[in-house]
Amino acid sequence: MHQPAMRETVRFLLGDELVEIAACDPTRTVLDWLRLDRRRTGSKEGCAEGDCGACTIVVGRLDGDRMRYEAINACIRFLPTLDGCHVLTVEHLRNADGTLHPVQQAMVDCHGSQCGFCTPGFVMSLLALWLNERTLSVQRIEDALAGNLCRCTGYEPIIAAAQRMDAAEREADRFVATMPAIIARLKALADGETISIGDGERHFYAPATVEALAELVAAHPQATLVAGATDVGLWVTKGMRRLDPVVYLGRIGALRTISDEGDHLRLGAMANQIAVRDALAGISPQLDEMMRRFGGEQVRNAGTIGGNIANGSPIGDLPPALIALGATLALARLRHREERSDDAIQGNVERAPLDRFASLAMTAGNVGIERRTIALEAFFLDYRKQDRQQGEFVEAVLVPKLPAGTLFHISKISKRFDEDISAVCGAFYLELDLADRISEARLAYGGMAGIPKRAQAAEAALIGRNWNEAAVAASIAALAQDFTPLSDMRASAAYRLKVAANLLRRFLIETTAPETATRVAGLLAEAAHG
Amino acid sequence: MADARKRPDLGETRPIVGSPLKHDSAEKHVAGEALYIDDIAEPAGLAHAYIGLSNIAHGRLMSLDLAAVEAAPGVLSVLTAADIPGANDISSTHKHDEPVFATSAILHHGQPLFAVVAETREQARHAAMLAKATYDEAPPLLDVAAARTAGGELVTDPLKLERGDVAEALAASLRRLKGSMAIGGQDHFYLESQIALAIPGEDGDMLVQSSTQHPSEVQHMVAQVLGGGAHAVTIEVRRMGGGFGGKETQANLFACVAALAARKLKRPVKLRPDRDDDMVITGKRHDFVVDYEIGFDDDGRIHAVDAVYAARCGWNADLSGPVTDRALFHMDNCYFYPAVRARSEPLRTHTVSNTAFRGFGGPQGMVGAERFIEEVAYATGLDPLEVRKRNLYGGEGRETTPYHQPVEDMIAGEVIDELERCCDYRSRQQAIRAFNRESPIIKRGIALTPVKFGISFTATWYNQAGALVHVYTDGTVSLNHGGTEMGQGLYQKVAQVVAQAFGIGLGEIKITATTTGKVPNTSATAASSGSDLNGMAALDACETIKKRLTDFAAQHWQEAPEAIAFLPGRVRVGAREIGFVELIQMAYMARVQLSATGFYATPKIHWDRKAGRGHPFYYFAYGAAAAEVAIDTLTGEYKVERVDILHDCGNSLNPAIDKGQIEGGFIQGMGWLTTEELVWDEKGRLKTHAPSTYKIPVASDRPRIFNVALLENAPNREHTIHRSKAVGEPPLMLAISVLHALSDAVASVGNHRFCPQLDAPATPERVLDAVDRVRALAEAAR
Repeated sequence: MHQPAMRETVRFLLGDELVEIAACDPTRTVLDWLRLDRRRTGSKEGCAEGDCGACTIVVGRLDGDRMRYEAINACIRFLPTLDGCHVLTVEHLRNADGTLHPVQQAMVDCHGSQCGFCTPGFVMSLLALWLNERTLSVQRIEDALAGNLCRCTGYEPIIAAAQRMDAAEREADRFVATMPAIIARLKALADGETISIGDGERHFYAPATVEALAELVAAHPQATLVAGATDVGLWVTKGMRRLDPVVYLGRIGALRTISDEGDHLRLGAMANQIAVRDALAGISPQLDEMMRRFGGEQVRNAGTIGGNIANGSPIGDLPPALIALGATLALARLRHREERSDDAIQGNVERAPLDRFASLAMTAGNVGIERRTIALEAFFLDYRKQDRQQGEFVEAVLVPKLPAGTLFHISKISKRFDEDISAVCGAFYLELDLADRISEARLAYGGMAGIPKRAQAAEAALIGRNWNEAAVAASIAALAQDFTPLSDMRASAAYRLKVAANLLRRFLIETTAPETATRVAGLLAEAAHG
Repeated sequence: MADARKRPDLGETRPIVGSPLKHDSAEKHVAGEALYIDDIAEPAGLAHAYIGLSNIAHGRLMSLDLAAVEAAPGVLSVLTAADIPGANDISSTHKHDEPVFATSAILHHGQPLFAVVAETREQARHAAMLAKATYDEAPPLLDVAAARTAGGELVTDPLKLERGDVAEALAASLRRLKGSMAIGGQDHFYLESQIALAIPGEDGDMLVQSSTQHPSEVQHMVAQVLGGGAHAVTIEVRRMGGGFGGKETQANLFACVAALAARKLKRPVKLRPDRDDDMVITGKRHDFVVDYEIGFDDDGRIHAVDAVYAARCGWNADLSGPVTDRALFHMDNCYFYPAVRARSEPLRTHTVSNTAFRGFGGPQGMVGAERFIEEVAYATGLDPLEVRKRNLYGGEGRETTPYHQPVEDMIAGEVIDELERCCDYRSRQQAIRAFNRESPIIKRGIALTPVKFGISFTATWYNQAGALVHVYTDGTVSLNHGGTEMGQGLYQKVAQVVAQAFGIGLGEIKITATTTGKVPNTSATAASSGSDLNGMAALDACETIKKRLTDFAAQHWQEAPEAIAFLPGRVRVGAREIGFVELIQMAYMARVQLSATGFYATPKIHWDRKAGRGHPFYYFAYGAAAAEVAIDTLTGEYKVERVDILHDCGNSLNPAIDKGQIEGGFIQGMGWLTTEELVWDEKGRLKTHAPSTYKIPVASDRPRIFNVALLENAPNREHTIHRSKAVGEPPLMLAISVLHALSDAVASVGNHRFCPQLDAPATPERVLDAVDRVRALAEAAR
């Protein structure tokens, strides 16, 4: 296999300035670099775990011929992952004459700051909105600010500021005006080389192709694969772990691809949760709603579908939904030529048929890469333990579309509605036969066990029954055999069991009596619209 | 740079006081240019300290091996109790129960054992994890129930308030009921965590930049641990990134450790804990268990209340005495109890030492009061709002509080009536009942609750303030006072007072950082008192200077002092008008002193704690809120859909800032009563120690319909600064309306016949439990 050239610097634009870094701790956070190395202290550290948004900056990246500007948490983003990006911090916003940017002015005019510590983060989240979107509903503003905590204002004046940002001024905005020049500069920086950089002790790699990734992972089996770093970032900032080496997947454009394959969607592992939401919304509006509530906007921008799955969290929001939909994972690794390929794969692994392989083939071909697919539910073995073999990485997730006549439901129950982790997540899929009897049932839960898990007894209780209250009662009766959940800071075991059962009731009502209001979110908006 | 200063329009028709001006730092906030302590240019030779913590909740420290800490890369020094030249004591109430570093007794999980100083913060954090401690572990007492079972050790003397013969009044009451309510605590979650930067000087001097609401206390604590006088220590704070009470005493530890390290190393030292460590180390709002017995009649009139307020105070006294006192001071809210007895039980537990938090025990007392009302309403079948109205203070012989202070400025009734009318309460209540009849799963609820909050520190001597005002010869003014800025807009409000006093623009006034070197012996910026106290002190300084200028002008132009008046930008002297700057320059040439201190002490107040009698509050601030919610009876999830607020700020000094305090206080209170849940495990480890697990409200939690109005034409009856009222804390308690709206929605599943007894925080889990409980009661009653 051709080994791509190595580039031993990281290059990005900080505002107008080209920054080149030749040596760097692989997990140096962007926030520490900004505040300590560059003394740009406008971005604040509130939590160092990507939950409060005080560190929010805007990172622009090339997406074909256009720029995509995203609000991200600088506190859990690793500095070398900025390669090829356009980085904007709050210090960039004032106009050359010293006047405030319209986004800043709107915040001042609406009394949007009190203590001011969260304010730069809000300003940057609003800047990303301003750069990307023309019309803003209150819902959209709330979503975009879900990852920004304010303890003083109660948010009302900040929402007002977002509504006040004058769309007309956007066209004259200097960030919009200079975008073509930025695109040209970033294109000139883009290359297919693997980045290799370190601080003399620990190392960071960022390959640009799947093949280069496969080789790196094979060569460094102990490497930590980093996608959005929305969890790995905390291993560093909270766990104080010294990861070595780090292999970053964000430069591999092919892994971001989302394609419609007819009966299923193929979501590249590095597709972020914003893109995933857009794709899954076509399958079910409930998926759209669930993904709307996935983390905060910064986490949705950074976090990826592959990371969410490969991370193996028992409470990840996506796996229950994807298990209920019958999704499969596409895993890849470097082919070990000395091995017979069928020896490499064991256990409950389903070999992908060859014709499927063809559709999975990367542009560079699958020469040297060995691939398999596996049912997503089989991937999760135990708490934080997955069926990922040495050298293997998640390449894509294949999500079947809902066939006609099937019923699907997803509910995320959390203490706080937005930017919270599920206490219980339930995702349900039913197939009915011609006699309206349940022929297949997939009831997948998060938060009920050490892994995202199907309720097999409850599923079995449904088979052969009509979808009605008796079926739900039978299923609920069986549910206790499926789960022995824990009590923790999110919920008690008793609550989890009660809600797990009640979600089946909600599913029945929503599918058989859709005129009944069953969700508190959006209720008022609906009522207001009459 | 006079030409660069902004010269705002000094329109004579619009006084500066009372204008909705923006926060003085608003432009700096949005530009990232406002400097917090971690943003200040770092002095040369800066080192970083980090604190090492116990990982048991209760026991004895048997050994502490710090060899690996000392050997870690970058480490400069390790500090333990043995390195403290002064006292190993930072007890804010002088009970000697709060060491800087534990020496033997371990009293909570996360108690500081030592500090390590290194070249970088990251090195210090890494090194701090390498300590090897051994313990003789003892079972921890983690909550009120456990502390009571173990004998109920108190951290401080309890308080009893009593008026009338409660036993007799209960016995004579037509109806009686007993109950108990659990009210959760709350983490402050200031966005800027605790931080201090200590810079050693000559002669043992120490300058500490501390994110504190109480610079004078930090000064004394630093002096105490360094073993020197307060005169060698200067504490400065320009602004905090939020305080909410969490930096009233809790900043002491971090400032003292930074100062100890700076003293030992002879280098500047910064100490900033990680968010998780901040939450593990520092105290929070007290959680309470209120046990109550109420005597009442069929008309919903309360005759007697006997209640005990047990609080989880944590491992030391801190402010738990005054906090539990204030809970008792607010156990009446707006209601008259003909006979009453209230007792506090400030219990020692092996948890963080709970501390000041916006409302300072008052909210817990008021949550109890509203539970009493609700119990009586469901017991009598009356509408809760009607029961509220029937029990308000007012009328013959119905004005004395449980602490024997008469309520002389009672306006809660008018506020309730006005809000009820404005928000269309009754017809919405009807519509909600109709909705609930048709909606089997989603249920709506509505509630209107009032607030009466006592203004003044109950520690009477705290009710004093100082200010320092300089007028320079170019007419610009330097303003300093003892109040601290934590986002509440105090600096701006006081600057408005000064601008109006001199008739100058705000651009002529330089607001300077609070420092113990300029104004000494200050009180904490707390108890909502900031603008009341410091506004008056600053005005006093201005009046002193104006008097000197007036005397000078009267003499110079041979006019009567009464003929001299300060107008915007100028001074009228008889028939002449002199520019302000011109007058200042003439006064300087005539050797008139253009600098003055100001002072203020709140009048009227006194308090005898032993007797439980006095006049602890100068006045009361009032308000009312109506909240409407929807709950999901399958999951307990809910949404606050609409909130209407009418709040009393007297004559507001700045309606924009006050509105911000009302909205922000409400949402903070809503978080306390809904999603903010503190969870400790059986080992005493805090499990909700970061925003990922501790859920303060986000933007979508605020009500989509949120109408906030300031009560108009309601000057403070007392002679406060421009007849305004304090606004920092009272609005937090408006959020009690949300708890009761949730309760109303829950009650609908039992046809409003059973009191839901919804405890706080009303998480979805508690709401669902209450739904199931009320359903079961309704089933059983069939």
